[in-house]
Amino acid sequence: MPKIKLPTKSPHIDMTPMVDTFCVILTFLLLTAQMRQTEPANVDTPFSISEKPTPDFNMMTFLLSQDGKVFMNFDNGGDTLTKFRPKILVEIGKRYGIEFTEEEQREFEKYPSSIGVPMDKMKEFLDAKSVKDRNPLQTGIPIDSADNQLAMWILYARQVNPNIQACIKGDSKTTFETVEKVLDILQDKNVNRFNLITSLEAAKINLEEIQQ
Amino acid sequence: MAEVIVEEKGKGGKKKAKKHPPRMDMTPMVDLMCLLITFFMLTTAFNKAKVMEIILPEKLQDNKPQDAPKISASRTLNIILGPDNKLYWYPGAVKPEDFNNLPPLMETDYSAGGVRKLLLERNRALAKKIDDFQKDVVAGKIQISQDSLRGAISQLKKVDDTGPIVLVKAYKNANYGNFVDILDEMNICGIARYTFMKIAWYEVRMVETAAGIQSAPKPATN
Repeated sequence: MPKIKLPTKSPHIDMTPMVDTFCVILTFLLLTAQMRQTEPANVDTPFSISEKPTPDFNMMTFLLSQDGKVFMNFDNGGDTLTKFRPKILVEIGKRYGIEFTEEEQREFEKYPSSIGVPMDKMKEFLDAKSVKDRNPLQTGIPIDSADNQLAMWILYARQVNPNIQACIKGDSKTTFETVEKVLDILQDKNVNRFNLITSLEAAKINLEEIQQ
Repeated sequence: MAEVIVEEKGKGGKKKAKKHPPRMDMTPMVDLMCLLITFFMLTTAFNKAKVMEIILPEKLQDNKPQDAPKISASRTLNIILGPDNKLYWYPGAVKPEDFNNLPPLMETDYSAGGVRKLLLERNRALAKKIDDFQKDVVAGKIQISQDSLRGAISQLKKVDDTGPIVLVKAYKNANYGNFVDILDEMNICGIARYTFMKIAWYEVRMVETAAGIQSAPKPATN
């Protein structure tokens, strides 16, 4: 009996629905994406049970690295037209007798992560074109009492944006001395309410123990 | 059934050369999209970081001597964050005059069996009240919105006068993780009254005795 030979075709799968699905996912991700910022120092935040989300705007974040450096980040507020960042830079520039050009202000405004540059290096930092030139300048904001630039940043940030809230983002291995110093400086400037940035962790307490 | 339809459509076997719509190979497009999706998945921050709020008492503006607020020593619990993730506590108050005869510190840890048990034991009445209240809400006995629930719990905390007054202090070698951990324990145990304050010099000495640290020797004179 002769066998019926079927023509051997390579199986062809229609990819169109798959493309459609991917398009939808991609669009979703594009619209909801909030880019993860690369911070100048690697920080593992401690865990807590708090479920309050970080505020989206009106905040200044202090990044305390493991080796005790302090970095600072401001946001531009809910309205992008308010442009708090360049205003703060101009104000603090006046204090230290440094005048920043338009371009430098723009550079400061769009810098995507925390900045920890002493004021005398700020101009150099903003003029530098590549990340390679910039990173060595990130030596942390000076916080000693002789040259307390952090206090000045806080002062002008609150002057420009009175609604600003303080957030502290520290590594769980940061020594308490640094944290205490920063808290102290903030309290000197009349900031008594802090938001400590943490990661969420589930905690269960044994309630039978209490009920006894 | 599909075959039947085909036969009906066949119209006496007159077959025309079917015109295929021009078919595009979508595979490279799929590949590309896969790549893009992977990229976005990895760079997107999905879970937003949470914040824990802490409010510290205002600093005294001028250095006017001011009486310390009077709190009963029997309700006071001092927790000291020690070096190397150690945790010490002592009840009541210590007078700086007795610096030669300081009470020993009790050691505990950050686990559920350690400091949490300690706090819950002392805060039993309040914790039970809050727990009962929450159970009633879950069971539907009390109808209350989420916001007023929080308000009701803070009201319970406010009127409570049995729970401990916890004073958190940190030795200089403690780390930030310890600080957050202990504040977190306060929230977990529903402690109504706690604050963070600077460590006193006699407490530094107590920690150093307990941890076996030689306090910094005085610089040699010769």
